[in-house]
Formats: sequence, C-alpha cells, structure tokens
Amino acid sequence: MSTAPQIPEADDAPLSAAMQQAVDDAIAAHQGRPGALLPMLHAVLAALGHVPLAAVPRIAAALDLSRAEVLGVLSFYHDFRTQPPGRTVVKLCRAEACKAVGADALAEHACRRLGVALQQTRADGAVTLEPVYCLGNCACGPAITIDGRMHGRVSPARFDALLERVAPKDPQP
Amino acid sequence: MSVRVYVPRDASARSLGADEVAAAIAAGAAASGRPLELVRNGSRGMVWLEPLVEVVTPTGRIGYGPVAAQDVPGLLAAGLLDGGDHPLRVGPVAEIPYFARQQRLTFARVGAIDPLDLAAYEAEGGLVGLRNALALSPAAIVQAVTDAGLRGRGGAAFPTGIKWKTVLATEAPQKYVVCNADEGDSGTFSDRMLMEGDPFVLLEGMIIAGLATGATQGYIYLRSEYPDAAAVLQAAIERARAGGVLGPDVLGSGRAFELELRLGAGSYVCGEETALLESLEGKRGQVRYRPPVPAVAGLFGRPTALNNVVTLASVPIILARGAEFYRDFGLGRSRGTLAFQLAGNLARGGLVELAFGVTLRELLYDYGGGSASGRPLRAVQVGGPLGAYVPASDFDLPLDYEAFAAKGAIVGHGGIVAFDDTVDMAAMARYAFEFCAIESCGKCTPCRIGATRGVEVVDRLIARDRPALQLAVLRDLCDTMEHASLCALGGMTPYPVKSALQHFPGDFGLQTADDGAPRSS
Ligand SMILES: Cc1cc2nc3c(=O)[nH]c(=O)nc-3n(C[C@H](O)[C@H](O)[C@H](O)COP(=O)(O)O)c2cc1C
Ligand code: SF4
Ligand code: FES
Repeated sequence: MSTAPQIPEADDAPLSAAMQQAVDDAIAAHQGRPGALLPMLHAVLAALGHVPLAAVPRIAAALDLSRAEVLGVLSFYHDFRTQPPGRTVVKLCRAEACKAVGADALAEHACRRLGVALQQTRADGAVTLEPVYCLGNCACGPAITIDGRMHGRVSPARFDALLERVAPKDPQP
Repeated sequence: MSVRVYVPRDASARSLGADEVAAAIAAGAAASGRPLELVRNGSRGMVWLEPLVEVVTPTGRIGYGPVAAQDVPGLLAAGLLDGGDHPLRVGPVAEIPYFARQQRLTFARVGAIDPLDLAAYEAEGGLVGLRNALALSPAAIVQAVTDAGLRGRGGAAFPTGIKWKTVLATEAPQKYVVCNADEGDSGTFSDRMLMEGDPFVLLEGMIIAGLATGATQGYIYLRSEYPDAAAVLQAAIERARAGGVLGPDVLGSGRAFELELRLGAGSYVCGEETALLESLEGKRGQVRYRPPVPAVAGLFGRPTALNNVVTLASVPIILARGAEFYRDFGLGRSRGTLAFQLAGNLARGGLVELAFGVTLRELLYDYGGGSASGRPLRAVQVGGPLGAYVPASDFDLPLDYEAFAAKGAIVGHGGIVAFDDTVDMAAMARYAFEFCAIESCGKCTPCRIGATRGVEVVDRLIARDRPALQLAVLRDLCDTMEHASLCALGGMTPYPVKSALQHFPGDFGLQTADDGAPRSS
C-alpha cells in the first residue's frame, strides 16, 4: 500500500480546461474496454504528469464506479501520483542488486547534491526524487532513471554529470 | 556492399550508452561514405560487455565491447567495419566462452536477430512450434508440455502442463491466457531481455497456450518500469497481427487468438497471480483467497492460464523439437534450462541460460568472474527479495528446485544477487521487512502489521536493545508470517531474514543465531 487514500476536499483545485480535455480524452480512449480503470489512469498520468484528484469524479462517473473505488485504486499504486512532480523526476533503485554495488551511498549523495529528500519535490519545483524497487538493470547497477531514461553503473560522479542541468542548491526564495 | 552492424537496443545496453554509440557509428560511416545497415538487436546477455557492437564479416560476427561513444572514431579508424584489430575487439562473439558454453534454448535468438523482424524470426526457427501445435489436439499439446517437465519459471515452479490441463478441462464461454511480465524481483531481468530481444517467441508461446487450453484472448501484464519492453511488445503485436500470426485466423488455421498489452503501475505484489488478475480487472492489486485457482476462475471469473514470460517463451521449442529434447536437459524434477541472472557485485554480470544442475560456484566464478569490487564474495541472494541468503560455504549447491528447497532456499525466477564482504546482513534483513511493508497489499494482518513490526525489532537488535528479547520476538514474528500469511510476500519475507541471522549473526551483534535467546523446549 503506497499511501492512505486521500479524500478530495470540496475546495480541491478544479480542473483547468486543458486538464479536463486530457481527462476526457483518456476516458474516451479506454471506456468500454474490460478493466479500463488502470489504462485510463495511465493515460491521464502520461498526459498531465499526475492524476489530479479533481479528475476522480469524472472517471468514476464514466466507469459507473464510486469515487471511493477510484480513489482506492489511485492510492494503491505507486505510479499514480496525485500532485504534479518537479520539472525533472529522478528515480533511484533501492533494491538488493543495486545495494550490492553502492545504491545506498548513491541515494545519500543524491539527496545531498539535489537538496531534497527521497519521495519529495524540491521547494523550487526543479526536481522530484523517488525510490524505485528494481528497474531490471541489476547486472550494471546502481540504476536510476531521469525523466524516464535509464542509466546504469551510476557512481556519484556520473550522477552529478547526468544532473548538471538541475541546479544543485535550493535557490533562495 | 553495405556492412551490417549490430548495436543492442536492450534497456541495459541503452543505460550504458548504446544509443549514443549507434549514432556515432552511423555518423562515422556516413562521413566515410560507407553504406551501413545498422540493426538494433537484443542483448546477448553479456552485460559486462555492453554496449557490445557486432560487425558481420566473412569470418562471422566480430564483437567489440564495452564501447563508449567516444571510442567510436578510434574504432572506425582501426577498421571496425571490417572487423579490424582494436583493444576493445573481443573476437567472434559466438566463441566467447561465457556465451559459447551456455545452453541457449529459450534465449536462442535473443541478441542474434532484429527483434521485430518477423522474417528473421521465422528463418531462425520461429513459428515451427506453432505450426506443429496447430496440427495437434489441445490434449496432445498439453501432454507435450507435461512430458517436457516444464515448470513455471515465475517462482513457484508449478508444472505448466497440469495447470493447462485444468484450464482445458474447465468449460466456459471464454478463457484467457495471461502472461505475467511483472518481473518485480530484484536481481532479475530475464523476462525483460526476452521481451526486448525476441518478443515473437513470447507471442508464439501464448498462442500455443491458447490452442492448448481453448483460450482465444491473451493479455500481457507488463510492469511499468519496462517502457522499452512495452514499445517492442506493442510493435511485435502489430506486426504479428499484420503477418497473420495473431488475429481471427492464426496462420490460416481458422483458429483465433487476440492479444493485448496492459501496464502495471509500480506494485510488486501485482506479480502475485491473483493480485495481477485483480489489477487487470481495474482494481487494487489485492491477493485473492483461493480456491478457486485462476485455472478454474481467473480473469473476470473465467478459466485462465497464467504463466511467466520465460515459461511461455519456452513452449515453442518444446513443440518444435519435442518433449524429450527439452526434458533431456536438467536433472531430477528440474527439467530443461533456466536463464540465470547474475547480478549485484559481480565482475561479469549478465544472463546465462544453462540446464538445471549447475552450481552456484560455477555461476559466480566461472561465469560471473567473482566480485566486481575484487573483494571476497560473502553472500548471495537467490530467487529475489523473498529468497534466502546463501553463505559462501554453500556455494557448491546445485541449482535445482529440490536441492534448494531442502536448504530452506529457493531458485525462484533465477536471479542471483552477489554481495562482497562489505555487506551488512542486518541491514539487508531490515530491508527485507521494509520492502514487505512498502509492498504489502494489506489484505492479511501477519504481513501488513508484521512487516512493520519486523523493521522495529531488527532496529532494536541492531541497537543492542535487550537482544535476547528481540530475538525471541523476531522468531515468533517470522513464524507467524510464514504460517499465517495469505501469500508468499508475507509468507516468505522471513526467508532472507532468518538466513541472514543464521549465517551472519555477528552482523546483528550476536555470537550465534541463538545467542541469549530462550531456546524452545
Ligand atoms: C509477491 C509475489 C510476487 C510475484 N511476482 C511475480 C512476477 O513478477 N512474475 C512472475 O512470473 N511471477 C511472480 N510471482 C509468482 C506468480 O504468483 C505465479 O506463480 C506465476 O506467475 C505463475 O506462472 P508460472 O507457473 O509460469 O511461473 C509472484 C508471487 C508472489 C507471491
Ligand atoms: S501476505 Fe501480504 S501481500 Fe500477501 S495477501 Fe497478505 S497482506 Fe497481501
Ligand atoms: S535491483 Fe536495481 S535495477 Fe534491479
């Protein structure tokens, strides 16, 4: 279980017109398929980078499900973030084969270098750091992804080189 | 005449710069006016040599690796396109001992061909099994798979023929074949390499499973962490459909089989077969009580043949070469081959397909080349995060389902994760509980609560807080989880924990695994 179900608040940010369009497109693309909910949520995620909680009522209505059912699914899966991520998303493999070649040290380095904790988005919105449990790259770890692109044998130095474009320090507000 | 060069498009090769290497070779060849046929193949499994560039010469395919983009100008100057000499030249790839000594049945084509070239697939022996199956009765196909002794490669090692027989015998208006491509175990990547390197063999296996069981619809449930595999599979499905392999009239036989790719969403427990089915149905990935087994009432309540990628991909060769051919590999009740995955701290990590019976030592040293760090190997975890840690004193254990079970260990999906002597086994035991807590589906208490308690107990042990008491609590907890969990996530998390404690008590600050603990009478 990833997170406890979040219940949308009445004052939750409403969907912008563009977001509404993306949600409606996802619904149209998958409605009628058996087991359509996951493909629909994936489509929203792909279009918007997250699944806004305000999309839940529309999706629930389209699939004739209760909002609680949709929320239950949304909160179960690690992929379905409900908040927009940072401009760059970095995932660090935290699983055994990568630990065997220094994944823990790399994670410490990454948090320090980027100035953000695991599972957090930096205050300036530049970067989100997330754990992941195996990327299938276990013969050449530590493995990470940057915006979906995988890298192997990532030493701290290689990490810094790969993330040059993300400013190391949290800029002053 | 144009020269053919292979640069893998495998995700591991790409993670080490294969795209940049391919681009540099294409640019270099263009600049010199040399016509080039660049093929993006799968990986040969020698990850330590990736990116491994292969050039077709009159004397065979000559390899160069590991190649970085900045090596390419020098390689081209040294005559790369004619197999010229260079420090990175590894010679004819088929003769590299790591590769030459393998018994490649399921992975025969992986790395050899363009994964999406259906004609090349057929030229290299593809579709023979399917054509043979089309001439057989469903019962005869099931019998062949049973006689071959094929057991599930996903972890539980259940005989595939028996599962299929149940699906075949269960009457229903609709049946399904579901491929479990969730491959969540750390240290495993054979499903991925197969799907990226030879997707048609998986499709062929699924169609044969459909013929054997009476299922006409298939689903591949692929983990979302594998976007490259998703792209290859989607393209392969479209090409197979266009080529008349999939669809209403499989190879002109009048038999139908359709296939759809579905993505998971980052949940380890969705690799458990009933959680996977829930997820495919669009629900939370919670484990189902059984009976009924999926073979009787699976996807949408219908009979479902659910198998791992490598299980299904091993079926075509059984139908092509015969059950006996396959059964002659292996030993005891472990027949055929397994694609072992050498991972973690090894000098030569990669995929090694061999008959069952090879020892851990051979895999770790003869193939793996010992640790990458140069330090002694101290422990290996076999069979994923729910597998036991095996100490160096047990490295002569043969890889065989029963031999491992007798030691309280598992072969599982064939992942072998090696650690050198810097590993802290108490930290690994703690992580086993932590992972279980993160990934628990929450359906049963021993796992949902127990995993979190486990982290706390190990923390107190590490802090030397009343060790005798913590040991007793830990044993009790492991006992409860093992015996009262609904599925193997909770039920087998104690395996890595107990083996770490048994073989490495010093890492927990203890003299022996029983140190200070009240002994049970
Ligand atoms: C927690 C858990 C995770 C699992 N993950 C996978 C997986 O990723 N891939 C897989 O093939 N089997 C996995 N399994 C095993 C499946 O439940 C099932 O036994 C298997 O897919 C059946 O196919 P097979 O008979 O071909 O092995 C998992 C089991 C458990 C308990
Ligand atoms: S053991 Fe854990 S993952 Fe398995 S059913 Fe129970 S709570 Fe779910
Ligand atoms: S354990 Fe990190 S990629 Fe598999």
